[in-house]
Amino acid sequence: MIGADAIVKCLEKEGVEYVFGYPGVAICPFYNSILGTNIKTVLVREEQNAAHAASGYARISGKVGVVAVTSGPGATNLITGIATAFADSIPMVCFTGQVDSKLMGSDAFQEADISGAVESFVKYSYIVRHASEIPRVIKEAFYIANSGRKGPVLIDLPIDVQKETISRFAYPEELSMRTYKPTVKGHAVQISKVIRELEKAKRPIICAGGGVHLSGAVEELRTFAQESGIPVVCTMMGLGVMPTEHPLFFGMVGNNGQPYGNRAMNEADVILMVGARVADRSISQPDLITENKALVHIDVDPAEIGKSAGPSIPLVGDIRHVLEDICKQELHGDYSAWTAQLREEKDAYLAFTGEQKKDRRGGIDPAAFVRALSLAMDPDATYVADVGQNQLWSCANYVMRSGRFLTSGGMGTMGYSVPAAMGAKLAAPQKQSVAVCGDGAFQMEMMELGTMRQYHVPVKIVVMKNGWLGLVRQYQHLTYHDRFSVTDLSGSPDLDKIAAAYGMKYLHLDREEQMEETIAAFLKDDEAALLQCDISPDELA
Amino acid sequence: MKRIYSVLVENRAGVLCKVAGLFWRRCFNIDSLAVGETDDHAVSNMIIVSSGDQRTLEQIEKQLNKKIDVIKVKTFDESQSISRELMLVKVKYNRNNRKDIMENCEIMGAQIVDLSKTMMTIQICDTPERVQIFLDTLRTISIVEITRTGTLALPKCQETL
Repeated sequence: MIGADAIVKCLEKEGVEYVFGYPGVAICPFYNSILGTNIKTVLVREEQNAAHAASGYARISGKVGVVAVTSGPGATNLITGIATAFADSIPMVCFTGQVDSKLMGSDAFQEADISGAVESFVKYSYIVRHASEIPRVIKEAFYIANSGRKGPVLIDLPIDVQKETISRFAYPEELSMRTYKPTVKGHAVQISKVIRELEKAKRPIICAGGGVHLSGAVEELRTFAQESGIPVVCTMMGLGVMPTEHPLFFGMVGNNGQPYGNRAMNEADVILMVGARVADRSISQPDLITENKALVHIDVDPAEIGKSAGPSIPLVGDIRHVLEDICKQELHGDYSAWTAQLREEKDAYLAFTGEQKKDRRGGIDPAAFVRALSLAMDPDATYVADVGQNQLWSCANYVMRSGRFLTSGGMGTMGYSVPAAMGAKLAAPQKQSVAVCGDGAFQMEMMELGTMRQYHVPVKIVVMKNGWLGLVRQYQHLTYHDRFSVTDLSGSPDLDKIAAAYGMKYLHLDREEQMEETIAAFLKDDEAALLQCDISPDELA
Repeated sequence: MKRIYSVLVENRAGVLCKVAGLFWRRCFNIDSLAVGETDDHAVSNMIIVSSGDQRTLEQIEKQLNKKIDVIKVKTFDESQSISRELMLVKVKYNRNNRKDIMENCEIMGAQIVDLSKTMMTIQICDTPERVQIFLDTLRTISIVEITRTGTLALPKCQETL
């Protein structure tokens, strides 16, 4: 057995189903050993998309996403994908081929110091020096990636190590890492403090973040909210923790959030931050959320607690465990007047905006489109929003029922949606997977139509086309008084021809009265489809 | 505010780089950094002196703890620790200032460890503060070269940190 065989055996032991990647000579031993096994390989069209596809796969399957690319440019192309996964705490193990270990450090052909380059975007990285280390390294890597605060782990594999003979293979059953012991259970004393704080509270609110999804605590959160009667808002990464129409749900907070959600946060006297970072996009003035109110911060990563805002009660632990323990406690609090007030404010806002006739200058109303699309999708479908105006329209108008909403929240990486929707579709083939992007992001990711075609991954793609880099154009409109600089996308391809070139169904929506039937035709059948939705460049998000 | 971090790390290639990189990426200061093996070959001790506001100092400790190669972080301020720094300083001397230099060395407990016709190397091992005072006394003469270890520190015996 050689090192590469050992790697593949380890992946089998870890129950890996898919490897997303792009080969080159330096990773060829691995790709040779994987032939003939049950692990499926997906050749993406650019390395970054391997990481995004693995991210979509990980987020829907709850398993670790696996990537394997070659050395040098293959590895460096992957960096944006790794950084995107790191910013959103997505569990991922990335293998990179490396030049012969005797040549490392000599600036050999296709040599890059990838572990050095990704140091600030990975949870941990390894350079494997001997094939005998492979089982331990891979066991550790999967554990690190998928425990505590999840994230990407990189394993750099010199080609000679992949080819080195190993006499004996044993995959370790147990791990012994003296330096890595993430906290799982929340401290009982802190939990009872939280209960006491909530019993004093008149206007508590739960602000749920991506950590709730990552720890698989959506059910626990809903149960807690339901039983306690505490209203819920969420961050962009937390979207989906509650169905949109739930009576206790008051939307997304932050710069691009719902005004009534932000108002609820401001008026609350106790904020329970659950698996959320207090990041700049959701809480623009972190000092204010501790003024005149108690902040309970629950997170698996102790470094997030107190990073942006000093908590009144810190509580470190896995969200699911913590919420289970909180639910076991008796909580006597009546927040019905507070919730009724929030509901009144929300209804008044929705009635007010509903009445306002938008001054439409042609094109489709993006808000109405996202709403109609999400309602036409299967309730359990996956919706992947890209980055730009489309992301903001999606966040604000997507109607969540029992599906998932994915997006690149932390890094804001354009070109995330199509590869991530592809990974999501592979993780749950029976569910619809819809990518929604702008015409800017689409041109960063449209090479993946080839991957979709090759592996029969029927992703539905919406391109909201306005011929501009819409969000930057909007910024230039508001900040630089319509001095539009480097945001004009004229020269973009005809999307019908692109769809035809890849054998995809194509639909075009340019008249609002055809919205429903076009969306229905787009979603019909489990086949790949591309829907061009024309948006006016003057439309603001 | 100044703070001393005593960081026990796995004695592996690249760990120094990872820890130093953390300070760089998160815009934390490194006032001094000293690294050496402990009694266990597999473990190194890094003594990092940093400064910043309360939140930054707390973040440094938490972020260090997140590093998977970090075994343990102890943190204390100067008053809670015995701290020492070693400095070697090579100076040019002449007949006029030779006596003054020797007198200063005697007052500060520094030793002359090397000597030629025109130059001498002085060694001082003391608290970082006294090392600085001694260095200031040499400012009037011509300093050729200096090397300092950075602060080494251990918590005081009565403390159990």
